[in-house]
Amino acid sequence: MIELSGIHVRFNRGSPMETHALRGVDLTLADGEFVTVIGSNGSGKSTLLNVLAGDVPPDSGRVTFDGTDVTARPAAGRAGDVARVFQDPLAGSCEQLTIEENLALAASRGARRSLVPAVTRDRRERFRARLAALKLGLENRLQDRMGLLSGGQRQAVALVMATLRPIGVLLLDEHTAALDPRTAGFVMDLTDRLVAEQKLTTLMVTHSMRLALDHGRRTIMLHEGRAVLDVSGPEREGLGVEDMLHLFERVRGEELSDDSLVLD
Amino acid sequence: MSLIAFLGAIETGFIFALVGLGVFISFRVLNFPDLTVDGSLPLGAAASASLIVAGFDPYSATAIAMLAGAGAGLVTAWLNQALRVLHLLASILTMIALYSINLRVMGRPNQPLLGERTMLSDIEPLGLGPYGSVAVTALVAAAAVALLALFLTSEIGLAMRATGANPRMARAQGVRTGAMTYVGLALANALVALAGALFAQIQGGADISMGIGVIVVGLAAVILGEATLPARAVLWALVGCVLGSLVYRLAVAAALQANVLGLQAQDLKLLTAVLVAAAMLAPLLRERWAAAWAGRR
Repeated sequence: MIELSGIHVRFNRGSPMETHALRGVDLTLADGEFVTVIGSNGSGKSTLLNVLAGDVPPDSGRVTFDGTDVTARPAAGRAGDVARVFQDPLAGSCEQLTIEENLALAASRGARRSLVPAVTRDRRERFRARLAALKLGLENRLQDRMGLLSGGQRQAVALVMATLRPIGVLLLDEHTAALDPRTAGFVMDLTDRLVAEQKLTTLMVTHSMRLALDHGRRTIMLHEGRAVLDVSGPEREGLGVEDMLHLFERVRGEELSDDSLVLD
Repeated sequence: MSLIAFLGAIETGFIFALVGLGVFISFRVLNFPDLTVDGSLPLGAAASASLIVAGFDPYSATAIAMLAGAGAGLVTAWLNQALRVLHLLASILTMIALYSINLRVMGRPNQPLLGERTMLSDIEPLGLGPYGSVAVTALVAAAAVALLALFLTSEIGLAMRATGANPRMARAQGVRTGAMTYVGLALANALVALAGALFAQIQGGADISMGIGVIVVGLAAVILGEATLPARAVLWALVGCVLGSLVYRLAVAAALQANVLGLQAQDLKLLTAVLVAAAMLAPLLRERWAAAWAGRR
């Protein structure tokens, strides 16, 4: 179980540029729960992800994984529990390294690394099997450099990298936003399949309302650093983009500007 | 080119291949422009020469010299990681500090090794003559390449390569990128100090000025290696550093021997700088030519 309680994050504290990115966020993710987080630019959704990953330390509040307080642990110290797929396909892998080397890096995520060869025959077989399941033909390109792959292929490999080891939580940071619609659809299908197969606790951040409602079982809307909506179960069933906007207006008493979110 | 000049170029080429390998680790693997090498090469030379004169056997003297080089690398890493000094500046600070330290180590500006037991004098009974030093330096360079290839494809080595290539991704994979910087710079400067120790034993002494421009020679090896052997696999990139160093030495020797050019030994540094600048320009020119060619068609 992943728990955030009373998370506050301020950037540029004490300067005229100060922004209060998260203003007291409480969030509990049950094991195996797939939660989507929607919000416009500046709503704090990326900060929320960074707090979970350990890239941004909160000014106050606690982060616990299965009851263990990890608030003070930096990203490298949480890597055993957290896997992350970034928005930028270039960010989640090393383009100079080969596909199998990238996978080998991920296969040792959070584990103690030693001087044994990183790519062993056993591992190569495992990688080949995992890549074959993508049906992209990448299983025959293990020794190609990552930089030779397209954005969609890289995101698919990034998802495989994220799920090579048992993890506490999978963080998806608008991971289809940089892809063309068809490729984005492929990557989302793959995401749903992996999450279901491995029963992963998942937090997906997006600014597409449609994606947020079509995937996962619970949707949270962030606005100005607060969780203003949290819908799941029967309430969420059949909920459309329009309904979501109405809900938001009722809760906030203000109109959400159309251009801050992708509605379709 | 005379045989002696040729063998001399090969032997120096193998020694500076170690510098090339060190520079490869800092510049290419860690993406850390490390100028410490201008100080750690004479440090290796000074430490080993002084220890040999003090009665140490050449092997432990060389090993201690390597540890001293690793220490110099750790200082640069510490300045950068703990004190947040810009990488280039951190390495320049260590380099300049080493100038004084090297003078202290030797107690004077140079330390001759006349008549002392060295790694070279140990193989004289084999009767290899002028080939002896070539054999020793080639062996050391080959061993360094083999060990580095194993290291860089190990789990820790892969983590180090990720640190230089994409630090954020590396951290997300649980790599402690700070620790990798320490290990990498220590390793790089240990190799450079080993080059210094070998150089001192072959040349017959250490000299305070032998470090000037070492970084450029190391870079020349790396860049010429990439030009002669444009491979991506780690092993071949490392072999490329050795090849690059040999090519560089042979080119310099040939240029100095060609009387028509009127070059003299004092022109060496200028020649090196021009050579490295030209090699760095090569990929850009190739791109432009390719673009121009494509445009014409």
